[in-house]
Amino acid sequence: MQMESRVTEEGIDTSILVQPKKSKEIFIKKMMTQKALIAMSFPFLIWLFIFKYIPLWGWSIAFQDFKPAKSLLDQEWIGLEHFKFLFTDPNFYRVLRNTLGMSTINLVLGFVTAIGLALLLNEIRHAKFKKLVQTISYMPHFISWVVAASIISYSLSLDNGIVNIVLLKLGIVDEPILWLGKETWFWGINGVSDIWKNVGWNTIIYLAAITMIDPEQYEAADIDGATRLQRIRYITLPSLKPTIIILMIMNLGYILESGFEAQYLLGNPLNLAYSENLDIYVLKYGISLGNFSLATAAGIFKTVVSFIFLFTANHIAKRFDQPRLF
Amino acid sequence: MGKKRLFKATRYHSGPGDYIFDVFNYTFMVFLCVVMLYPFLNQMAVSLNDANDSIKGGIFLWPREFTWANYQHVFGEASIIQSFVISVLRTLIGTLTSVLGTAMVAYTISRKDFVFKKFVTIAFVLTMYFNGGLIPNYLLIKELNLLDSFWVYILPGIIGVFNLIVIRSFIEGIPESLFESAKIDGAGDFTIFIKIVLPLSMPVLATVSLFVAVYQWNSWFDVFLYNSSVPELSTLQYELMKILQNSNASMSGKTAADAFASSNSSANSVTPTSIRATMTIIASLPIIMVYPFLQKYFVKGLTLGGVKG
Repeated sequence: MQMESRVTEEGIDTSILVQPKKSKEIFIKKMMTQKALIAMSFPFLIWLFIFKYIPLWGWSIAFQDFKPAKSLLDQEWIGLEHFKFLFTDPNFYRVLRNTLGMSTINLVLGFVTAIGLALLLNEIRHAKFKKLVQTISYMPHFISWVVAASIISYSLSLDNGIVNIVLLKLGIVDEPILWLGKETWFWGINGVSDIWKNVGWNTIIYLAAITMIDPEQYEAADIDGATRLQRIRYITLPSLKPTIIILMIMNLGYILESGFEAQYLLGNPLNLAYSENLDIYVLKYGISLGNFSLATAAGIFKTVVSFIFLFTANHIAKRFDQPRLF
Repeated sequence: MGKKRLFKATRYHSGPGDYIFDVFNYTFMVFLCVVMLYPFLNQMAVSLNDANDSIKGGIFLWPREFTWANYQHVFGEASIIQSFVISVLRTLIGTLTSVLGTAMVAYTISRKDFVFKKFVTIAFVLTMYFNGGLIPNYLLIKELNLLDSFWVYILPGIIGVFNLIVIRSFIEGIPESLFESAKIDGAGDFTIFIKIVLPLSMPVLATVSLFVAVYQWNSWFDVFLYNSSVPELSTLQYELMKILQNSNASMSGKTAADAFASSNSSANSVTPTSIRATMTIIASLPIIMVYPFLQKYFVKGLTLGGVKG
């Protein structure tokens, strides 16, 4: 019945209105009635074009011998010279190693701890206590990396740092350790700092997904006499799988974004060999040394690799019939 | 419902293993809270303790020789007051403009009949996946004559795409009938936005305001990159960052001839450590006092953006 009436309605419509020329007129007519909507969005489109799309054009300077004194049109084109330099620069491989090392550690540790904490929080029955723990665990997310780095470096300091005090009291070490002075430990310190700052925040999305689980599943498990750990293992965790996969794909796109602030702020001359990452490399060459072209080339490398990772992860998810980003 | 309640009674503690689990879990949560809170409370104690006494160590959760001297010293510096004002200004202006602008665009792309809905949405969402990068952005700011200006804190961040999606999702949940009846009463699209959409979107606007305000208050990199030669435009976070870099460079806070602390240390009442602790508290306290009250909103907002975005 419904189908039929729709057909006749459309039949009338098409015979009178929907002809190519006329539809254009309708569009213009509609546009005229939506002047307010256009006025509300188009200024921001111009903003978007200037601040987000024009910088893309700036990628061209990676292929030029860019001299800031000359105008953008007078620059000398030199092809892939900067990329060639990049791929022969041992420093580039060092920062690339640091970037991949730190982002892999952050990615794996970040996922495991956030999922683990969400599962444990979900098992807390006292609603008030649970909320209090959540509120406190969000706190480090809201402070800046400057404040966080200041707190962390103080906690790790030689004479008054709580970490050394506790380790000495427990007899685990005999003398205080200069944590931020041990270059090979930097990746780990960076990873733990990142977790300290973000683990609480990252549980939000998992806890939201857990509330979508049908309570009847748990009731059935109770009838079968499942223990708490079994319920976590066989009901809660599998229900989180789609969320985990989506977040995993999104995060793989950021594999070369190991963060910038933590490394820059916790970095010092003693741990430089392991704390410098791609972003700091770009900053150093670009802003400090004024080699804009080389820094841009490194930036392009980062974006392209990120895209490849994102698409590959998405493709693999598709192959295995898993939820995916696009 | 009755069935559910019946099972609630038997749901927990079906064996000794469950008790052990609970003991472990609650202990762990307490430990977690200590790890999250202690470093912050410790800085607070140090900031309220006599600077020279702090050097002896042993300050944990409570000041040993209580004093306001560190705060008096920090707030006695004209440059700190200046940076505090700039931090407050960029947070207020940045949040207001960003939330209003983002809500406006979100409203237009939430309207199903808007002729440019798709075009505008795609143009914004695309920018989530790429970025010009540090240098092209720097050159753009330079070309726009925004170097050494306050507006470099405001203009580049007016619209955040994630926030845009969060607000759009929320507006799409407002019943269409409200818009239609307003239209019958002769209200235009802009009036609908001001009189209906904004008031009804308060929960999501509160969330986004918090996100933007936190971003603005915590920013230091744009100060460093664009305005480091103009001390009048410095922010609190950047001032703290400079102090931190000083002590990093020397690796030992004590020997750091910290220019800031020694600038008027005639009575030697402050040390780099006490100044740093005090700045840390000043730079973080405003946000720490606000976010717990918005928890309900931001949890919801984040979930909304995560699911639909």
